[in-house]
Amino acid sequence: MTTEDFFRLDLPALLAAILACGSCGLLGSFLLLRRDSLLGDALSHAVLPGIIAGFAITGARAGLPMLLGALAAALLAVFVIGLVRRVARLESGAATGAVFTSFFALGLMLMEATGARSVDLDLDCVLFGQLESVVWLEAQGFASLLDPVALAALPRQLFLLAAVAVVLAGLVALLWRPLHLLCFDPDYAAAIGLPARGLELALNLMVAAAAVAAFEAVGSILVVAMLVCPAAAIRLLTDSYRAQVLGGAALGAALGALGYALAGPLPAAFGQNFALNAAGVIGTLGGLAVAGAMVLRQLRNASPKPAIISG
Amino acid sequence: MILGYNTLVVLAGCALLGLACGTVGAFALLRGRALMADAVGHAALPGVVLAAMIVATLGGNPRALPPLLAGALVAGVLGVLAVQALTRGGRIREDAAIAIVLSSFYALGVALLSHVQTMPQAAQAGLGKFILGQAAAMRAEDALWAGGIAGFCVLICLVLFQRLRAACFDPDYARVMGLSVARTDLALLGLIVIVAVAGLQAVGLVLVVALLILPAATARLLTHRLPVLLLVSALLGALAGALGAAASAFEPEWPTGAAVVLAGAIFFTLALLLAPERGLLPEAWRRAHRRIAATESHFLRAAWEAQEAAGAGPGMAGDRWTPIAALAAARGWTETYASRLALWLALRGLVARADREIHLTPRGAAAARRAVRAHRAVELHLLGLGATDIAGADRLADLVEHGLPAEMATRLLAEPSALPASPHALGPKT
Repeated sequence: MTTEDFFRLDLPALLAAILACGSCGLLGSFLLLRRDSLLGDALSHAVLPGIIAGFAITGARAGLPMLLGALAAALLAVFVIGLVRRVARLESGAATGAVFTSFFALGLMLMEATGARSVDLDLDCVLFGQLESVVWLEAQGFASLLDPVALAALPRQLFLLAAVAVVLAGLVALLWRPLHLLCFDPDYAAAIGLPARGLELALNLMVAAAAVAAFEAVGSILVVAMLVCPAAAIRLLTDSYRAQVLGGAALGAALGALGYALAGPLPAAFGQNFALNAAGVIGTLGGLAVAGAMVLRQLRNASPKPAIISG
Repeated sequence: MILGYNTLVVLAGCALLGLACGTVGAFALLRGRALMADAVGHAALPGVVLAAMIVATLGGNPRALPPLLAGALVAGVLGVLAVQALTRGGRIREDAAIAIVLSSFYALGVALLSHVQTMPQAAQAGLGKFILGQAAAMRAEDALWAGGIAGFCVLICLVLFQRLRAACFDPDYARVMGLSVARTDLALLGLIVIVAVAGLQAVGLVLVVALLILPAATARLLTHRLPVLLLVSALLGALAGALGAAASAFEPEWPTGAAVVLAGAIFFTLALLLAPERGLLPEAWRRAHRRIAATESHFLRAAWEAQEAAGAGPGMAGDRWTPIAALAAARGWTETYASRLALWLALRGLVARADREIHLTPRGAAAARRAVRAHRAVELHLLGLGATDIAGADRLADLVEHGLPAEMATRLLAEPSALPASPHALGPKT
């Protein structure tokens, strides 16, 4: 493999994987701590009709209309879930399951009906992700990293992913304390006058933004893996809020990088002609990370703790 | 299009699968386990792909359904076990565990699928249909298999009906009766796995959970009785399955699963809007009706009290014309609003109108007397209890008098009796 190949094919996809998985890993902790992991599942499916509608209305596969459509669909889904819970008196899991599958099915049908499918936004992208299609054809080598013309030709998914990642990181830093309270003591948060509902809404919108940005890279269903697996693995190992949130983001990004490397480039580097779907490998690693964390936790609990000697 | 033998068999097969999903889904929903089907469905993918790889390597026909479904079954059971293992420590709740299992098993399936596509034996042929369902690709023998599995599940549900009902509604009672809830739950979990796996062909593994939730949730909106709920849920599931299969037969490009789920979602939405007891529109209609009735009785009472104040004497309906402006002032309404109410009541034959004045008709006077009675009964009852704030008692009576049945008003204020005088002055609201 040449340096040029690395810059053209692997670097953009690797960056996309790291940004997508890092963003999802960052937000996953809040969902997990708020016992709302299912919402990640729901939103990552429910944004599909919004993405397709944004695409169909503007006719272009541009980032912003798709993002706006996805945010609108996410808000609508959250509202409908609440409505269904109240009117049909379903427990929240069943209400969520009923709503997000309906949204997802609507998105799939819209995709057929609007002809959105004929372009590169197809079923395979929704189901498996298209990390491999994130390529930077202008790249020549290291010099391209400083060449504005070449940089402008970076795949547009990367711009969307980077923008969303930066905004999410900024928002989490800004809302660090309020989110902490919202996760651990929502009653106290409400008592000291924090706008709990506004925060919840902001969190939902952030998850929707992360889901839509990561959607093209890893597909709808594997967004779920990155929203829940890194956070759950860290949750098994720590009680610290800071370690949980930052660790979730770091583990997500690391899984993204490792998964992408294992899927193709690493076997290729060792001369193996063997390539797997990168998003699939990343998600599988997510599950393995949770399993590994469980084993670690059991080992730690099994080892005798040093006795506290008072005296 | 002529409905050939094959199409009919596929329609029947999908309908039977929907029937089984609807039946099992009703119990799963009531027991709070419906989302387990989501974990099972997604977890089935690596099982299906591995089974196809093994069959192809052994030189068999990788399209044969039984080995693929067996693979899905094994993987689905592993998924359920993984969910239970994850929740055991108490650190990870069931919803998070389901999300972890469904996404990572599915991811493994995706990775395996991408590997199978590079294998020479064309083992991947037709695996895609399991993800979103493709009833059009179903053959008659597949449909027969599906029908057999569906029949088996419905039969088990009927045999275990008493146990399942006890586990869903009153686990404590079930325990007292010596019925093991844990074993019933295990049986239910087994049924969920079987219908989710059997439904893969028709609905696909991504959306199969919807076929368990949507018909059952729709049925719950329509009835409180379990046998009716089961029947409605099963029929709706069958209808959704058949509609999806039909759509798939006409438009082979459409993902069958999406069509099935959309059919189910449309039923659910209709029930959500129109269900007689719980639906949004009947509820809004009832609320509007109550508000109109309350406003009507306020108007009539004001008309009656205006007569009293004008000299007919306490408890007596006079025979004078009352200016609408006086009624508006007594209730704190604008005159335009009061005129509109007068028009409405004239249409209902409760008042007569002439030149911005009204007069109670005999029917209107009777209704007004009932309203006054209810109001004063509540007012006097509150004062009898020791309330000293007369204006407050008046306001409170305004709020509660409309829900007061005639029988209760009689208990508060014995009938027959003359209407007592109002405890407070009548006239414009301050």
